[in-house]
Amino acid sequence: MKSNRVLLSILGWVIGFIIFFPILWMVMASLKTEIDAVATPPSFFFTPTLENYFVVQNRSNYLNYAWNSIVISVFATLLAILIAVPASYSFAFRPTKRTKFKLVWILSTKMMPPVGVLIPMYLFYKNMGLLDTHLGLILIYTLMNLPIVIWVLYTYFKDIPQEILEAAQMECDGLLKIFLYILLPLSKSAIFSTSLLSIVLIWNESFWSLNLTAFEAAPLTAFISSYSSPEGLFWAKLSAASTLAILPIMFLGWVTQKQMVKGLTLGAVK
Amino acid sequence: MGSINLVGVSKSFGDVLVIPSVDLEVNEGEFVVFVGPSGSGKSTLLRLIAGLEEVSKGRIEFNGQDMTNLAPAKRGLAMVFQSYALYPHMSVRENIGFPLKMASMPKSEIAAKVQEAAKILNLSEYLERKPRQLSGGQRQRVAIGRAIVRQPKAFLFDEPLSNLDAALRINMRLEIMELHQQLKTTMIYVTHDQVEAMTMADKIVVLDHGNIEQVGSPLDLYRAPDNLFVAGFIGAPRMNFLDGGEASRYNATTIGVRPEHVQISKSSGLWTGKVGVSEHLGSDTFLHVNVEGQQAPLTVRTDGEVQLNYGETIYLSPEEDKIHKFDNNGKAIR
Repeated sequence: MKSNRVLLSILGWVIGFIIFFPILWMVMASLKTEIDAVATPPSFFFTPTLENYFVVQNRSNYLNYAWNSIVISVFATLLAILIAVPASYSFAFRPTKRTKFKLVWILSTKMMPPVGVLIPMYLFYKNMGLLDTHLGLILIYTLMNLPIVIWVLYTYFKDIPQEILEAAQMECDGLLKIFLYILLPLSKSAIFSTSLLSIVLIWNESFWSLNLTAFEAAPLTAFISSYSSPEGLFWAKLSAASTLAILPIMFLGWVTQKQMVKGLTLGAVK
Repeated sequence: MGSINLVGVSKSFGDVLVIPSVDLEVNEGEFVVFVGPSGSGKSTLLRLIAGLEEVSKGRIEFNGQDMTNLAPAKRGLAMVFQSYALYPHMSVRENIGFPLKMASMPKSEIAAKVQEAAKILNLSEYLERKPRQLSGGQRQRVAIGRAIVRQPKAFLFDEPLSNLDAALRINMRLEIMELHQQLKTTMIYVTHDQVEAMTMADKIVVLDHGNIEQVGSPLDLYRAPDNLFVAGFIGAPRMNFLDGGEASRYNATTIGVRPEHVQISKSSGLWTGKVGVSEHLGSDTFLHVNVEGQQAPLTVRTDGEVQLNYGETIYLSPEEDKIHKFDNNGKAIR
């Protein structure tokens, strides 16, 4: 038994290292000179330099992109939660004959490749004046994440015994009170971890951000991609930009990892 | 204070008619038990009164006022659920005080009422605990406490004891009866257990397939069941039914006789049979006797010390004035 556990933990560390390796490699590359970064065989020992970071900050305003990422991911998530909570409530506690169908239909929109609607969306955004605006990205990310947010919250709400809500119905006058005193306190951890998941998904999204923004509302994904340009690929600088881009979300992930894991395994274990 | 009137109440879920049409009067202060097998519509009827389900047709009146379309919280009724339905994120104190908080009662008054209810229900030591730290019996007491503090017009109980073990169930049964004696508030109690119905009720409502089969005091139902269903449902062990020649002797399609109304003899009697298995309870013995010409064995309740062997021949005689007669529609002939 004991040797089994040792073996399992070694296996765990190995897999963990394999998953973590690209990030490690990226951080290392960001500290190299451009020549060291493309050297074959790759060099593991080098004199670290912060030069790339200075160049990146001088060439493009990192804080501008980071601010856009934060504004867009936070507001799109808030909006998605605001819509998803009542939607999931009605699916979970007031189901009709068509509830299953609606849920599957909502999820099916995630199966569609975004590129399929790129041109109509682009033209629509152009005509509405939403191109390269915060509002434009917030709206599309809200729509993009709604299916997942609704599903996760629905799964959680379904686990709340119906009788608890019925007892609340006997005692509180009005849905708002039931929501504030019973449903919200019971599901705050679910709402929190779903929000985190949504923020991460938006932070990493690049298709819409690259196609619908230029500079004003461009988030960090656009910041990274600006380093693979017609001028050529600069691995060290690209790595520095990428490291800067994932720093905030890595930090958020580290601080909230418990809730995050809870959210992702929601409903899996009762 | 709390009389409840159902007038032509009917309920369907989609195309399924669950309760065809029910008329029922519950008087103030009465302890009424809805009893029936599962699927008899007893819980649905209770939920209609509570307002948790919408009435499809008909009227529900409280003290003569139409309440059919009133929100559950506005009906002034308190409900105790089978699964207790405590709020898991609140302490016992908060759970009991919650309905008062919702009624915007001042904090000091809530505290006093919670103390009082906790004292009645022996929960004073547990006020700071969360529901998950309580045993099943304690949880049910909290649920009852939450109902008491509201001083409702009526209490609704939906199989409140089903999740408790047998010993605790008998205890809680007595506690609820004691509570009814103290509060004198109308109580409607749903159960599938006819023993609970017999022991607790002032008035029993027997339901089957959404229809009221009979309404009456426990002894009324025991002595004079209106039909075969009630006759078979009320009383334990079940009433014995005989048909064919034995029944036609009494000008009936079916006759019924309760196990406690059959005399046994080793020498002579009306029916001859062989002893099957016997259940010795100490105080009583239930004999299962295979009577000639009858398919199902007859159950006989006799004294605890009787010694009869499996396969032995005995003679049975029903007490003539305790025989129930039924026509070919299953209705009682009186």
